[in-house]
Amino acid sequence: MELEVFIIQTLVKILVVLLIFSALAGFTTYLERKVLAFMQRRLGPMTVGPFGLLQVLADGIKLFTKEDIVPTNSIKPIFKIAPVILPATAFVAIASVPLFPEFEAFGTTIHPIIVDSNVGVLYVLGIMAIGMFSPLLAGLSSGNKWSLLGGARTAIQLLSFEVVTGLSILAPLMLVGSLNLIDINDYQIDNGWLVLTQPVAFVLFLIAGYAETNRTPFDLLEHEAEVVSGYATEYSGMRWGLFFIGEYVNMYIVAFLTVLIFFGGFGEGTLTDGFCYLGKVLFFIFLFLWTRAAWPHVRPDQLMWLTWKVLMPLAVINVVITGLVVMF
Amino acid sequence: MSLDAFKNRNIGSQNYVPVNIENYPTSGWDKFKQVVKRGVGKELFVGLWVVLREMLKFKIHTVQYPSEVLPIGPRYRAVHKLLRLLESGNERCIGCGLCEKICVADCIRMDTRVDENSRKEVVEYSINLGRCIFCGYCAEVCPELAIVHGSRYENVSEQRAHFVLKDDMLTPIDFLKQQKEFSGFGALSPNADQLVKKTPLAY
Ligand code: SF4
Ligand code: SF4
Repeated sequence: MELEVFIIQTLVKILVVLLIFSALAGFTTYLERKVLAFMQRRLGPMTVGPFGLLQVLADGIKLFTKEDIVPTNSIKPIFKIAPVILPATAFVAIASVPLFPEFEAFGTTIHPIIVDSNVGVLYVLGIMAIGMFSPLLAGLSSGNKWSLLGGARTAIQLLSFEVVTGLSILAPLMLVGSLNLIDINDYQIDNGWLVLTQPVAFVLFLIAGYAETNRTPFDLLEHEAEVVSGYATEYSGMRWGLFFIGEYVNMYIVAFLTVLIFFGGFGEGTLTDGFCYLGKVLFFIFLFLWTRAAWPHVRPDQLMWLTWKVLMPLAVINVVITGLVVMF
Repeated sequence: MSLDAFKNRNIGSQNYVPVNIENYPTSGWDKFKQVVKRGVGKELFVGLWVVLREMLKFKIHTVQYPSEVLPIGPRYRAVHKLLRLLESGNERCIGCGLCEKICVADCIRMDTRVDENSRKEVVEYSINLGRCIFCGYCAEVCPELAIVHGSRYENVSEQRAHFVLKDDMLTPIDFLKQQKEFSGFGALSPNADQLVKKTPLAY
């Protein structure tokens, strides 16, 4: 009986998370256009529905009904499967992220987390890293030089920034002593937000997060001015849309992780705390859009320089100092 | 006017900021210092502040085109119009044929006859818009201000030929009241005084 309840609950949660985040990914594209437009003194989408709200729907119809072109010289099975990897890994990764504090409904306590794993952080970051195979394989299989360049840039970015992500997050994890995201959240109830004790780690993690989700200023993979559309050059219709859904879900994951690890998460877990938590997440989503409007993007060589000569040494020093503090 | 009058850049109280472009860093240490100055120093955050300020001010410049249109300048040369005399409503064109003669693309065709009052009457007048280069010579040469360029730039039709016959170009007699006089070549836009400014750049 217990097992059946568990299975049904998990399935329902998976379905809800899938639906909510697919819709959110679409809605965030709308939000992004609006925010970017306002920052550039434009109005953004206005004609479809009130304030252009139905633009998302129109885009969806467009993406679904567009011709799905598979280029002749591409490696077809890989070309076809590559776009699935990114959203799939993003959705799998979100399984271990607590999306809301637990609350009472329908006579039971609901835990809005699908798998409460004791290696939560490691799991989420690991699965998100697998997502990078998507642009890489897409770039390699497209049979187009722009795609190939985009794919090569994916490899650069992955190799560089995984190191920084891992090292930057190591220091706060040393303080907490657990990889479980809920433990990290609980630690901050007594000890204050980790951003206060680990500001360097926070900045490094945020920078690495931008690189992992392929957002400005690190959107080398598909920078239009240089490589047409990078790995996505040959894609059209819903295959291209899948890349987008994956990217936006990844943005949400990074925002959730940042808030959970550095900004106290949902704290005590009351309903107010829960909404505060979502507010903080939304702020970080806004930050993604905000930087996109304000900052230029970096060149690949600058990216490498930044990672290996500045960010990684900083992360290592941060870990050493934290280690000394924890020891003595 | 002598050249000195042009070289005098008294631009008044306009708010120009001269841009100060620094040298590019060459050594590694200089590059590092530049990154620190731009990253940790103000520059990145100034960028963020500027876009946020624009968002909060919400001074939107969008023109929502089909429902709002910008005025176009009087010199704009869109599809031609044939005008009528305002008092009598008679056609202005006297069939002199100058426009046909001057047209660089040789795309105006007209046919005239002498009517019962011994006046010259234009029976056929057409412009092949597939060849017209919109140079405006026809309108400039016309002694009666009969053929002019209109200001209609939204031309949607199944065929190009729908804009080029005499009936399409001639002001309909019912709309005589709305017929706008062509301000002609060299006409300034009404707000030209506000738009033309001196800049700090010398000629
Ligand atoms: S605008 Fe120029 S090319 Fe066109 S009809 Fe007039 S004279 Fe000919
Ligand atoms: S439109 Fe003007 S230039 Fe051409 S025939 Fe008529 S009066 Fe002469």
